[in-house]
Amino acid sequence: MDILSALPELTVLCMAMLILIVDLFIKPQNRFVIYGLAQFTLFAAAVFTFQSHTPAVSYMFSNMFVDDTLADVLKLMTYLGTSIMLVYTRQYMQLRNMFRGEYYAMVLFSMLGMMIMISGQNMLTIYMGLELLSLCLYSLVAFDRDNPRASEAAMKYFVLGALASGMLLYGMSMIYGMTGSLNITEIANAISDLNPHNPVLIMGLVFVVAGLAFKFGAVPFQMWVPDVYQGSPTSITMLIGSVPKFAAFAITIRLLAQGLYPLAADWQDMLLIMALLSITIGNLSAIAQSNLKRMLAYSTISHIGFLLFGLMSANLNGFASSMFYISAYVLMTLAGFGMILLLSRQGFEADKLEDLKGLNQRSPWAAFMMMITMFSMAGIPPTVGFYAKFTVLQAAWQAGFTWPVVVAVLLAVIGAFYYLRIVKLMYFDEPTDLNAIQAPVDMQLVLSVNCLALLLIGLLPQVLMNICGLSIVTSLQ
Amino acid sequence: MTVFNQHLLSFAIWLPMLAGVIVLMFGSDQAANRTRWVALVGSIVSFLVTIPLYTRFQLDVGTFQFQELATWIPAFNIHYHLGVDGFSVPLILLTSFTTVLVVVAAWEVITKSIAQYMAAFLIMSGLMIGVFSALDGILYYVFWEAMLIPMFLVIGIWGGPNRVYATVKFFLYTLLGSLLMLVAFIYLYHQTGSFALTDYYDLPIAMNAQIWIFIAFFMAFAVKIPMWPVHTWLPDAHVEAPTGGSIVLAAIALKLGGYSFLRFAMPIAPDAAHYFSNVMITLSLIAVVYIAFVALVQKDMKKLIAYSSISHMGFVTLGFFMFSQLGLEGAVVQMISHGFISSAMFLCVGVLYDRMHSRQIADYGGVVNTMPMFAAFAVLFAMANSGLPGTSGFVGEFMVILAAVKFNFWVAFLAATTLIFGAAYTLWMTKRVFYGEVANAHVAELKDINAREFSMLAVLAILVIGFGVYPEPITALLQATSAEFLTHMQTSKLPIISNVPAVGI
Repeated sequence: MDILSALPELTVLCMAMLILIVDLFIKPQNRFVIYGLAQFTLFAAAVFTFQSHTPAVSYMFSNMFVDDTLADVLKLMTYLGTSIMLVYTRQYMQLRNMFRGEYYAMVLFSMLGMMIMISGQNMLTIYMGLELLSLCLYSLVAFDRDNPRASEAAMKYFVLGALASGMLLYGMSMIYGMTGSLNITEIANAISDLNPHNPVLIMGLVFVVAGLAFKFGAVPFQMWVPDVYQGSPTSITMLIGSVPKFAAFAITIRLLAQGLYPLAADWQDMLLIMALLSITIGNLSAIAQSNLKRMLAYSTISHIGFLLFGLMSANLNGFASSMFYISAYVLMTLAGFGMILLLSRQGFEADKLEDLKGLNQRSPWAAFMMMITMFSMAGIPPTVGFYAKFTVLQAAWQAGFTWPVVVAVLLAVIGAFYYLRIVKLMYFDEPTDLNAIQAPVDMQLVLSVNCLALLLIGLLPQVLMNICGLSIVTSLQ
Repeated sequence: MTVFNQHLLSFAIWLPMLAGVIVLMFGSDQAANRTRWVALVGSIVSFLVTIPLYTRFQLDVGTFQFQELATWIPAFNIHYHLGVDGFSVPLILLTSFTTVLVVVAAWEVITKSIAQYMAAFLIMSGLMIGVFSALDGILYYVFWEAMLIPMFLVIGIWGGPNRVYATVKFFLYTLLGSLLMLVAFIYLYHQTGSFALTDYYDLPIAMNAQIWIFIAFFMAFAVKIPMWPVHTWLPDAHVEAPTGGSIVLAAIALKLGGYSFLRFAMPIAPDAAHYFSNVMITLSLIAVVYIAFVALVQKDMKKLIAYSSISHMGFVTLGFFMFSQLGLEGAVVQMISHGFISSAMFLCVGVLYDRMHSRQIADYGGVVNTMPMFAAFAVLFAMANSGLPGTSGFVGEFMVILAAVKFNFWVAFLAATTLIFGAAYTLWMTKRVFYGEVANAHVAELKDINAREFSMLAVLAILVIGFGVYPEPITALLQATSAEFLTHMQTSKLPIISNVPAVGI
C-alpha cells in the first residue's frame, strides 16, 4: 500500500484544507481553534512518521518517493521546528492583525512542500516540493499586505526565486538529457557509465548547484537574503530562516550526494568557493548592520558557508556533520528570532540592535538566553554551535581541505565580533527601553527550553550526533 | 565518601560552578548580604575540596594521579578524562584559593549585580580547574574557551570607562589563538583517532608537522601568557577590569598559558620545542628586559603591574625552554609565587582605588602618613615583586637564573637584570605613592584598611614570606613530575624511517 507510507503528507494536506474551511465558519475571537488544529496536525504527522519508520529504505509511487531514516528524521525535525515557530509567532500575529486561518494553512502547505522535498527520489518530485514551498513563502512574505517593505521583499524574493527555480530546472533538464532518467538512483548509475568530463553534464551540474545555492542563500546567490529577512514580518523571517533549511539540505543530499555523486570532484570545488565566500562576505557584512534581522541574515549566510564545508567533504562523515550543523543552526535561528518576537509588542518590532540595550537589567533571564544563543552562533563552547563548527571542520580536514579549514577558523574570529556586540549591548549598556516584557507563558517556556537546549546539547552532543550519523549512514549506504 | 574520594577532581570542578548557579538563583541586589555569604561559603567549600589533592598526592609518582575516565562523545572518541600531576596540583590550589580571595575582595566594593559578579567568578574558578585537570583535547578546549565568557562579562559589566574596548580585545585575541589550537587538535585527532592526551604523547610526528603543531599551540598559549609581541591585550584588560577580574587574570588566567605549554605544546611536539627553544628564549628575554623598561614609564598603577606581570611571565617561559630540571621547577614556582604577589599588588591598588577612585601614580603621595598599616603591606609586596630574598618572588627567579647560568652566561646576565629593573619600577612606584609629604587633601583624608582588607593582605603576606623562606611544599610536588617531563622531552618523537611499511596510524 503505497498510499499509506505517504500518510504524514496526506494528513498535512487534508488538515491544511480543513483549516481553510473551518476558518470560514469560525468567529474571529475563536481563532485559537485554528492554532490548535495546526499544532494538532504537526503532532499527528509526527506520530504517523514515527510509527511508519523502518530502518530499511523503501521506494513508493513508481520510485518517485523515498522513505528512509534520513527522511523520517528530517521530517520529525521539521515538525518540531514548525511547531516551535507557531508557538513563538502566535502573539506577534495576533497583535498585528495577521492571526488568520490563511497563515496557518499557508505554513502547513509550505511544510508539505518541505516534506515532499525531503522524500523526493525523483527530480520532478523534488522540483514540485520546492515550488510548493517557495510559492507559499512568497505569499507569506507579503502577508502583511499594507506594509510596503514586505511587498517589496516579497517581489524581490519572488523574482529571484523564480530565476533560481528556473536554473535548477534547466540543470535538471540537461542532466535528464544526458542520463535519460529523472530518478536519482538511475542518474547515479547512468553517470558512472558516462565520460565524467561530459560538458553538458557539467553544465547541468553547475545549474543545479546554483539553484541549490540560491535556496540556501550561499554567496554569490545571497542577494535576496538580507532584504527578505529584513522586509518580512519577523514571524515569517523566522520561518524562512529555519525549517526550510532542512528541506534544502535534504534535496542537496539527494541531488549531489546520491544522484550526482560520481561528479563529486566537480561539485566539491564549487562548494569550496561558495563556502569560503559565504563565510567571508557573511561575516564581514554582518559587522556593519544595525538591524538585528539583517544581521542575522548575514549570519545565516556565514552559517551556510560552514554547512557547505561539511557537504563538500563528500563522504559520510561530512554529510553527517552538515546534518548536525543544520540541526544546530535551526535550533539557534529559532532561538534568535524567538528572542526578537519576545521583545516586540504592539506597534514595536524590537528588530534593531539598540533595542537590546540593557536587556540584562530589564530581564536577566531573557538576556542570559540570548547570550547563550549568541555564543552558540559564534561557536564558543560549551554550546552546540561549537560542536557544529567542530564537526564540519574536522570532516573538511579529513577530506584534505587543510587550508580552507584554517581560513574558515580565522574568519570565525571575525564572526565572533558581531555576536559579542549583541552581548555587549545586553550586558554592558544601560537600557533605553524600560517597558516590561509581555509574552505568553507558553512562549516564554518553550523559548527557555529552546535556549537551554543549545547549552544542554552542547554539554551532551552525543544523542544528536548519533541521530545524524545514523540517518546518513543507513540512508546513503 | 567513596564517591567523593574517587571523583576529587570532578568535585573540584563542578562544586564551584554549582555554587555559582546557586548564587545566581538565590542572590540579588536587594539581599546583598545573603548573596555575599552564599558566595563566600561556596568558595570556601570549593577550596576545601581541593585540599585533598595536595595531602593525598603521591610525591614519587611522575604520571597522572586522581584520574577519572568516562566516555563523553563516542562519535569522536572524546572522553571525560581528568588527572593531575605535580604541575597542575599547585595551580589548582592557587585557583580555588584565589576565588575565595576575590569573593572577599568584592564584599563591599561591588554593589551592582552582586549575584552575577560572584557567580561569574565561581563558575570561572571551576572552568579553570577544569583546564588544569583535563587530559582530553576537546574537554580541555571546552573549559579553556568557556572560561572566556565569564571573564568577558566581568570586565565588560564591572570594568572601567574603556571596558568595552578592553574586553572585546581580550576575547578576540584569545579566541584567535584558541581556534588555531583547535585546528591542531583536529590534525592530531585524524592521526590518532582519539583526543586522549596520552595518545598524543606517544604519537610519532614528522618534524614538519611538529613545527606546525607547535606554532598552532604557541598562538593559543603565547597570547594567554602573554609573551611579547602578543601581549598588548593584557594592559588594557587589566586596567579596565574590576579588582577581582585583575586578580584572576594575573594570578590564574596567565598561568593557563604557561601550564598549557607544559601539558600540550612541548610534550606533543618535543622536537619542535627544541627547534624553537632559541626563539622562545629570545622572546622571553625581550619580555623580561624590554617590558621592564615599559613598566618603568607607566603612570597608571594597574598598567605598571600588568607590564610587571608580563615581565615576570617571561621568566616562566625562559625556565621552560632551557630544558633543565632547575629551570623548569623554578618556572613553576615562579608561576605560583606570581599568583600570590600579583593578587596582592592588585588588591593594594584596589584598596587605594576604592578610596580615591584614581589609579594614577601622580594623584598619590605620602599615603604612608595616613594609612601606615596598609603601607607596610604594600611595601612588603613591592619588595616581593622585585624579588627580595626571603619572599616567594625570589625563589622562582633565582632558580631560573641559576639554570640560565648553566645554560648560557649571557642569557643569565640578561635575565638577572630583572633584579635591577624589577626593583626599579616597583620601588619607584612605591616611593611615589607611599612616601614623601602628603600630596593633596584627598590623600590626607584616607582611612587605613579595615579588618576585611587586613585579613586578605595578611594571609597573602604570610604566604609570600612562607614560601619565600620554605618553598619545599611546592618544589616537593614538582620533582617527580619534572623529571618525568624532561625524560619525555629528551626522547625524539620523529618517526623512525625504515623499510617496513607503517602500520595503523
